Amino acid sequence: MAFQTAVDIAKQVASGSLSATTVLEEHLSRITEREGEVHAFNLVTTESARATAQAIDESVAKGRPVGPLAGVPIALKDNMCTRGVPTTCSSKILEGWKPPYDATVVTRLAAAGAVFVGKTNLDEFAMGSSTENSAFGPTRNPLDTSRVPGGSSGGSAAAVAAGFSAASLGSDTGGSIRQPAALCGLVGVKPTYGVVSRQGLVAFASSLDQIGPFTHTVADAALLMEVIAGHDENDSTSLPQPAPSLTAVLDRGVKGMRIGRITDLPEGCEPEVLTRLDEAFETLRRAGATIVDITLPSLSYGLTAYYLVAPAEASSNLARYDGVRYGLRVDAPDLNAMYAATRSQGFGPEVKRRIMLGTYALSAGYFDAYYGKALKVRRLLADDFSRAYSSCDVILTPTSPTVAFKLGEKTNDPLTMYLCDVFTIPTNLVGHAAMSVPFGKGAHDLPVGVQVLAPALGEEQMFMVAAELERGR
Amino acid sequence: MTTPDPSARLSRDVVAKVARLARLDLTPDELDVMTNQLAGMLDHFSDIDKLDLADVAPLAQPLPLKNVLRDDVVVKGLDRDEVLAAAPAAEDGRFRVPPTIGFQE
Repeated sequence: MAFQTAVDIAKQVASGSLSATTVLEEHLSRITEREGEVHAFNLVTTESARATAQAIDESVAKGRPVGPLAGVPIALKDNMCTRGVPTTCSSKILEGWKPPYDATVVTRLAAAGAVFVGKTNLDEFAMGSSTENSAFGPTRNPLDTSRVPGGSSGGSAAAVAAGFSAASLGSDTGGSIRQPAALCGLVGVKPTYGVVSRQGLVAFASSLDQIGPFTHTVADAALLMEVIAGHDENDSTSLPQPAPSLTAVLDRGVKGMRIGRITDLPEGCEPEVLTRLDEAFETLRRAGATIVDITLPSLSYGLTAYYLVAPAEASSNLARYDGVRYGLRVDAPDLNAMYAATRSQGFGPEVKRRIMLGTYALSAGYFDAYYGKALKVRRLLADDFSRAYSSCDVILTPTSPTVAFKLGEKTNDPLTMYLCDVFTIPTNLVGHAAMSVPFGKGAHDLPVGVQVLAPALGEEQMFMVAAELERGR
Repeated sequence: MTTPDPSARLSRDVVAKVARLARLDLTPDELDVMTNQLAGMLDHFSDIDKLDLADVAPLAQPLPLKNVLRDDVVVKGLDRDEVLAAAPAAEDGRFRVPPTIGFQE
């Protein structure tokens, strides 16, 4: 491991053997060195980070208790509200907006002793799979800067991969944590819907969005999950239960576990990706798990269901950007003209495309044919997974059909970009848990991620399998 | 209702109407590109037309959650000045907007 893990930093800072300030300055110097070519951040919060690190060091010196993430430098995707600190969603329509409150995850990380280094770049309003749809320019993959980091949480992935922060948070609506994690060689977690509070996460598609961590190791991801998960009364879709205990299960192994292998896997994967997946199954088998063949007949239809449901919800959620309460206003003589002028100038092409698609799918005369049908496909998918999980505990798939692709390679045809998400989308549609774990290299010596899927609230077995894959890679 | 024929799935006029519904002003060029791209997507999305969905119940929300209300106790809300400071225009403690009536749309 090239960079120090969050677990290691927190332990050493809490014991006084390493200062939070020293840790922060190491990360800031890497930002100074490489941020120009990577562009992971929309904003680096150097001064407030230094003040936080200093306060933690003072607490340690005075023998006061510090939290489980004491001194760990963390980056936040720029669609999570931070009080008084600009939150843009990488959109011109919110440029310069300072939220009047903190997202629940931000409050929880701060209470745990995290040091926020900045707000990371994303595809505008989290719509994209490459971070090329940002109004402020693309983020590049630190492992090969001619390539994308994935998206939409590409800045959060790049920040960790480049050693700008020890961990970061992203949001995952259709794979926006797992796919960039795979493309940047990191661990990325999409928790069960309702496990992590969405309060203060700028809404894209409310029935699909979840916040989760990017880290170098499975243990780091478990530690972050324990801090950010758990009931929040300010999110009406938050599940009424405490955060799962995950750091305790990592050494349990997978003996006796049943691992699902999809026999009718959609086509289009690079051969190296499939080889790594086979090796992952073999690793688990050798560790005592049983491989079970399963089918998910509706899997490939998930893409269509997702690209109707998510834009439909987005078209409704993004109606609030009207030039009245926050962000950009383009003046016009009357209210309706002001709405349209503001939205037309403030939103980028991909956001407009999805608002249009969603508005169409919800409009009179087309609702039943598109949105209505998509919700039925969503049910078929949920039924498929229920059947599959009667014979297995988790399912293994590739995270992304390919390794990181070149900038500009998929920007001409939006549909080719959408096809990147075929393996990650189903999890969001059914509200289950999934995570990507780095597992060897593929074409061009770039990292390949293996995805562990688990049923709703199956985080424990998911992390047990992820930890075994990490030991065996 | 039946799904429209794929080749006639989307006309430029329908796209223009949707843009009005979505409060977006599209230039004639944007309208052409949008019509083309949306028609291509809808063609791809017609893959679900071959599924028999007649007896399938729609699923709008992944988990069986019920609406919940917190206890009815007074808590401090957002600071009004802080909220209005983030607005493009405010006056007398309220958001200021252009006239809503008296102009042709």
